[in-house]
Amino acid sequence: MSKRKVYLILGAVLFLSFFACAISFPNFFNKGIDLINNKTHLNLPHIWQIPFRLGLDLQGGVHLIYEADLSKIDKSDYASAMAGLRDIIERRVNYLGVQEPVVQVQKTGGHYRLIVDLAGVKDPAQAIKMIGQTPYLEFREQRTKEETEKILKKQEEIKGKKPEEIKKIKDWYLALEDPYFKHTSLTGQYLEKASLGFDPNTGKPLILLQYNKEGAKILKELSKKNIGKILAIYIDGRPISTPVIKEEIPNGKAQITGNFTIEEAKKLVRNLNSGALPVPIKLVSQQAVGPSLGSISLSKSLKAGIFGFLAIILFMIIFYRLSGLLASFSLTIYVVLVLAIFKIMGVTLTLAGIGGFILSIGMAVDANVLIFARMREEMKKRENFAIALEEGFRRTWPSIRDGNATTLLIALILFWFGTSFIKGFALTLSIGILVSIFSAVFITQNFLRFFRGTRLEKIRWLWG
Amino acid sequence: MFPFSKYRKIYFVFSGTLVLLSIVSLIVFGLKPGIEFTGGSILEIEYKNQRPSHENIRKALSAFNLNPVIQSTGEKGVIIRMKDIDEDTYLKVINALNKQSEIVKEKTGFQTIGPIIGKELRHKTGIVMIMALVAILIYIAFAFRTVSYPVKSWQYGVAAIIALFHDVLIPLGVFSVLGRFYGVQITIPIITALLTIFGYSINDTVVVFDRIRENLLKRTDPTFEEVVDRSLNQTLTRSINTSLTTLIVLFAIFFFGGATLKYFALALIIGISAGTYSSIFIASPLLVSWENWKRNKSISK
Repeated sequence: MSKRKVYLILGAVLFLSFFACAISFPNFFNKGIDLINNKTHLNLPHIWQIPFRLGLDLQGGVHLIYEADLSKIDKSDYASAMAGLRDIIERRVNYLGVQEPVVQVQKTGGHYRLIVDLAGVKDPAQAIKMIGQTPYLEFREQRTKEETEKILKKQEEIKGKKPEEIKKIKDWYLALEDPYFKHTSLTGQYLEKASLGFDPNTGKPLILLQYNKEGAKILKELSKKNIGKILAIYIDGRPISTPVIKEEIPNGKAQITGNFTIEEAKKLVRNLNSGALPVPIKLVSQQAVGPSLGSISLSKSLKAGIFGFLAIILFMIIFYRLSGLLASFSLTIYVVLVLAIFKIMGVTLTLAGIGGFILSIGMAVDANVLIFARMREEMKKRENFAIALEEGFRRTWPSIRDGNATTLLIALILFWFGTSFIKGFALTLSIGILVSIFSAVFITQNFLRFFRGTRLEKIRWLWG
Repeated sequence: MFPFSKYRKIYFVFSGTLVLLSIVSLIVFGLKPGIEFTGGSILEIEYKNQRPSHENIRKALSAFNLNPVIQSTGEKGVIIRMKDIDEDTYLKVINALNKQSEIVKEKTGFQTIGPIIGKELRHKTGIVMIMALVAILIYIAFAFRTVSYPVKSWQYGVAAIIALFHDVLIPLGVFSVLGRFYGVQITIPIITALLTIFGYSINDTVVVFDRIRENLLKRTDPTFEEVVDRSLNQTLTRSINTSLTTLIVLFAIFFFGGATLKYFALALIIGISAGTYSSIFIASPLLVSWENWKRNKSISK
């Protein structure tokens, strides 16, 4: 590789690192800019401050408690419904970004609740909106005429009365029910998939529902029972569509037609798919909470980590001398680059994520050590620095490639199929590996190449 | 050149014993799952005056062996997650906390909570792990296809995976003993550490194998055993250096870091040491043993 190319690449690398530094540690830069601004009366803008997205264990966030309404399901199904609810809400929140929420079922007396802890959400309203978007889907069947009349009568009875008086009327709670439709057991927990469709006649958007086996069975019975009557589709307690059933529905497929715009239909499909709730929930409490790992513990560990990193640099310099120094620069740039990427991509860092990062740093060091060890061997065999350098790279590349590839493979599989903290670990690990390959190949190599043809190359001792 | 392969029986016996002990320990003592897996209880309290630091709260609770996770909330509140406790213990805990710093009795809340790691995650994780192992096998078989002789390329993959099991089982064994005698729990950070060991072990083993591959292709040595020995000698320094650098950081965290990361660091220290050891003293000698066994089989035929 020609000298000019080397300079070019190094220049690009330095520029990139400067930029990455600015993103990773904007505070220092902004102080510097302020200084320059004061001295020169220029009006340089501040660097855009993107904060690190820290996970709940590192940062704290909001602590939400939702009450689940289990009145419509069997007592024996309570546990599985809550478990399903927990999984869906967790998926729901994860789906909107690598947030890694903590979602737990809580049981007190007869109440079943869901605790949702979200990291760094300074605005609880935003979090609640995110969770609340999961729609509650259900089919309701038409009441018989007698039932309807009974309820309407009750509603008449309590009209205009005060709450204490209402409580005295027999069966007063009937008045709270919808007089025309009653609940069925076909709720969103049986929904397998929702998709967007278009009416073949009118071209209007509609929503296609596919229920799973049990849901299909319920739908079949319901439709059989209600031929000629209306089977209403409710979302979040509001009727969306009230089709008249013409025939028995055998295969669990249903359609929601209505006056949707394409955007509304798409949004509904997306919300239904990310988990129609098995039971309705209501927010009962919200609090801000601090980090579960404890900020003191964290800062101690951070300091220890930095000491460790410095120790590594010291070790590299002692063992591999100038190469080690260059590798240290390369590693520092590597760390800064990865941190900048984390910030830009908005990766949520939890302890697991940091674990992935630490592993990738270890592997980055490994790649560098491999190159140097090989260079040492090659230099023992021959005099020419440049050739020893290139041979060193050439021969270590398969090791670096295969070692990183197998780990990357694991990381990708974990990311694709894992959930919550495993995903976070896999994501930081993958980013770390990709950047480390880049750093070993482009940065360390070219740092070393920079010294080709200089006097320093003659000094054996410098190169480990 | 140190003849590593000559003493491989010693390494196998040594490692085999450790792994056996770990398995026995796991069967007999089991692992203590953290509250993320089992669920537990959540205690919310509000202090009247000063809210003590997390360290101090932990100290006050140390007699109860609760492994609490502590979060501050608002100005004077704390939320403490811990294992399920009975009425008796609950009263004692409240008293201990009250003695440290007075609590507002009316604002105390206590509930049981379910696990954070849902069933979905647990089922999935098992399948995902197996997929990862298969993927590794396939990749290594493919990457090492150029050296299918004298040891078939997929056998490299199997050796790497055996080394991997060794590297993960031993820390698990240690933690099962720690769990039994010191109440140390398997928490999410520990699982993360195990995943890290997974990745590290494979990386390390593949790098050593890569050197074996290179030397095989050069055909400088008459026997497979000598090729492996030469490769091991060449990679020894590099292997030690790499793990040493990572271990430096981990020891720093173990000794100077916060209480919450201590066991995370410990798991990694054990696992990474095992990983470096296994790449050289288990995975590679395994290949030699296989090759010998194959050769002897065909001779005796």
